[in-house]
Amino acid sequence: MRVCIPEDVIGSAWRGFSGRKWKEDINVREFIQNNYTMYDGDESFLAGPTDATDKLWGRLQELQKEERARGGVLECETEIVSSLTSYGPGYIDESMKELEQIVGLQTDKPLKRAFMPYGGIKMAEQAAETYGYKVNPQLHKIFSDYHKTHNQAVFDAYTPEMRRARHSHVITGLPDTYGRGRIVGDYRRVALYGLDYLIKMKEKDLFYCGGRNMSEEHIRLREEIAEQIRALKGMKEMAKIYGYDISAPAKNAKEAVQWLYFGYLAAIKTQNGAAMSVGRISTFLDIYINRDLEEGTLTESQAQELIDHLVLKFRMVKFARIPSYNELFSGDPVWVTLEMAGIGMDGRHMVTKNDFRFLHTLENMGPSPEPNLTVLWSPRLPETFKKYAAKISVNTSSIQYENDCVMRPVWGDDYSICCCVSATQTGKEIQFFGARANLAKCLIFALNGGVEITTMEQIGPEIQPITSEYLDYDEVMHKFNAMMSWLVELYVNTLNLIHYMHDKYYYEAAEMALIDTYTRRTFATGIAGFSHVVDSLCAIKYAKVKTIRNDKGLIVDYEIEGDFPRYGNDDERADEIAIWLLKAFMKKVREHHTYRNSEPTTSILTITSNVVYGKATGATPDGRKAGAPFAPGANPAYGAEKNGLLASLNSVAKLPYEFALDGISNTQTISPDALGHTDEERVDNLWHILDGYFLKGAHHLNVNVFGVDKLKDCMEHPEKPEYANFTIRVSGYAVKFIDLTREQQLDVIARSEHKFL
Amino acid sequence: MNTGYIHSTETFGSVDGPGVRFIIFMQGCAMRCRYCHNADTWKLKAGKAMTADELLDKAERYRSYWGEDGGITVSGGEPLLQLDFVTELFKKAKKRGINTCLDTAGQPFARGEPFFSKFNELLKYTDLLLVDIKHIDDNEHRALTGHGNQNILDMLRFLSDIKKPVWIRHVLVPGITDNDEYLRRTRGFIDSLQNVERVEILPYHSLGAYKWAALGLDYTLENTQPPTADRVKNAEMILNNKE
Repeated sequence: MRVCIPEDVIGSAWRGFSGRKWKEDINVREFIQNNYTMYDGDESFLAGPTDATDKLWGRLQELQKEERARGGVLECETEIVSSLTSYGPGYIDESMKELEQIVGLQTDKPLKRAFMPYGGIKMAEQAAETYGYKVNPQLHKIFSDYHKTHNQAVFDAYTPEMRRARHSHVITGLPDTYGRGRIVGDYRRVALYGLDYLIKMKEKDLFYCGGRNMSEEHIRLREEIAEQIRALKGMKEMAKIYGYDISAPAKNAKEAVQWLYFGYLAAIKTQNGAAMSVGRISTFLDIYINRDLEEGTLTESQAQELIDHLVLKFRMVKFARIPSYNELFSGDPVWVTLEMAGIGMDGRHMVTKNDFRFLHTLENMGPSPEPNLTVLWSPRLPETFKKYAAKISVNTSSIQYENDCVMRPVWGDDYSICCCVSATQTGKEIQFFGARANLAKCLIFALNGGVEITTMEQIGPEIQPITSEYLDYDEVMHKFNAMMSWLVELYVNTLNLIHYMHDKYYYEAAEMALIDTYTRRTFATGIAGFSHVVDSLCAIKYAKVKTIRNDKGLIVDYEIEGDFPRYGNDDERADEIAIWLLKAFMKKVREHHTYRNSEPTTSILTITSNVVYGKATGATPDGRKAGAPFAPGANPAYGAEKNGLLASLNSVAKLPYEFALDGISNTQTISPDALGHTDEERVDNLWHILDGYFLKGAHHLNVNVFGVDKLKDCMEHPEKPEYANFTIRVSGYAVKFIDLTREQQLDVIARSEHKFL
Repeated sequence: MNTGYIHSTETFGSVDGPGVRFIIFMQGCAMRCRYCHNADTWKLKAGKAMTADELLDKAERYRSYWGEDGGITVSGGEPLLQLDFVTELFKKAKKRGINTCLDTAGQPFARGEPFFSKFNELLKYTDLLLVDIKHIDDNEHRALTGHGNQNILDMLRFLSDIKKPVWIRHVLVPGITDNDEYLRRTRGFIDSLQNVERVEILPYHSLGAYKWAALGLDYTLENTQPPTADRVKNAEMILNNKE
């Protein structure tokens, strides 16, 4: 069975494109490598916003204001189940629809949240009810009596031990009530190949799948491919609703952007994953824009308008969430993560003019948390680009940086970031998202024989609790190791079960349709409470930690006598414990079977959930009080850093990325005065910090540049117009500060306050 | 191996010399500036004794952040009070290819020996000096710091004669230095020098006041507020000849 692209396509849509492999098979990476144009210049070529952009963005800001006034949600669907074709066309504003260069909304109205019950009907109903909407009872009946949901299936299969662990928050944030997300379709394929070709290629895969050996695995795969083909056909229908025929490849830049966006729109109409990344699209789209510019059919202003309007759409992605979800992931994030720059396998940098254009959207339309703009950093990027990115960081605090030098050897030069910080090979790989294990709580369990101090429930195994007045390092380590082994086994098993059910009941057909049929799979676990465990072990090892017990004899608090080294000071004594902890955890994960032959990985990444996890966790031997927030991600604990920013960065940089391939997130806030006297100095110092940090082998850095006074004023006066789009980076994403809960705002202020003034 | 008396180090210095710098704060200062925010560095034989190599090993952990402009800055305290040690430190730093910057107020400077020869030796290994002019008026200088400024201005003239690059820094204190006449006199003096690459205004702040209390000393500027942004701008205009 041979699938070919018709000759006339090669002569029209692919005119001027070189390379061979990508024409014979689906291979977007080859296409990019053969056709992109490096850009070494500065930002002076960029164009400002067009009138259309100003009008549309103005309208969207009005809608966002209205949304905030209504408690965070503008409107919820209550009658229609979201699908590729369940709505007619929708526009930012019906009266201005001819201004929209790039079209397509999740529902029929801007910012209206779709009804997505497949993850769990109860959650879908509760989300609507939270904002005063009542879902049609008929839908309740359908998804309770006639159609099973992912959530129902998971709870059918959970063991009592899993339920207990989940309830006690020792494993937490599990994707058992919502879409797991983190699966990035290769949306570029829609533009490059058109849907007819993609459908034929999947039909070919289906034809050859399992014919001689109909094992359970093959049967499942055949069913999945069939679902994918159905989704691709649905995408064509969806595009038709907006008057486009996407069966053939895109012929120009505007079509390429639109086709690609339709691919992404299909994903967000059918899945409400925690993270819905769009992936590495910037360099790809530059090739089309460049061709049109050279042919004289597009101006720079029009090119910028296309990117601005695409970004407008990314700023509008919304899902209906329940309150407990919002506590975990505050500020309504969707992680439309989008990458730029990086270095190719052949050594050429991959910075294009389009990378400047995407960053420039933050100037043309002001700061914004979405899309989650991610610069794949290398010291070998052109200095002009480094400076421009640093400048945008200093002015907007809206972008994050990841180290291409540590990711490229593992994932190649066409990876996307599938969530906050986790790399995934575009179109060739999927990730099973696994939330995180609370190692701080695990340590408390180890000291108290597996008993949860707040409820007196036996959650972990009944090992002998520690009875001595002062904690002994060797004894604690022995018990902590045993407790961690129990936790990791239970955690991995729980994730296995969740992903089995997600594949079965909430399969991502539209995204998988744009990924190779025979895909690599990673299994992403995660760690919460990292720095508190490290500092606790340091305190026990280097100071004297006295236990304070309740009337049941359980340890509820600690008194520390003497000083001890802490993670975040470039102090080997503490940092080697940090490295040990990561490696020990990861080795334990590797001991277990992981679902569908997936490769286990881990992350040190908490999102804003550091506040909620900390709330559910008792006092820790590092002096952290019961209920106090954790430090986010791999950040050192609050107040631990005593030797300045670079010492702190060096500590985090020591964590070996090979043991945390899912990512090591670090968020730093620098006050403008501490970064340099002038804007020019601030920009130069910032890019040097990034160079230095990543040369040390670090993985990720969120950069915020603002003073605490601004945060405090914004918390007290959120109504001031200058704060409407005030964006800050938190662990793994960006958020509008005014959209955080007050608790989280205070947490961000506390973390910024002791910082490097 | 000599050791120096070190008050502390800072891994991320971005406002004390060019680029990203590792800052070494030395013990010891003979001046008693009323606004001093590092009063805990006055005592010479205090802090931690460290060798030049220990300090440079520590500094080099941050080398990857320095790029082409960054390096180390020795500040204080008054580093010239530990002249031999700083010379050894900078000599070794240059051997390691590290950019060196000396942040001084010049109070120990003298044309007499043995200081003068030793100072010249130090300059061989010093890429840039950040020199504080505390006050342009000798009497006011005395009132502010307890010392006159004649030898300090002389040091600046000497550095100009040998064309050693210098950044001038001037703390702007309302009621003491924030006075257009004084600022213009300062500008006049700077104009007479040939080696000044940059003039920086450091707005007064009271963040170091708590250290005075901790040392059992009276802080006499309790009622002095930081200068307004307008005054800072004004001083910048005057000192940079942009009036």
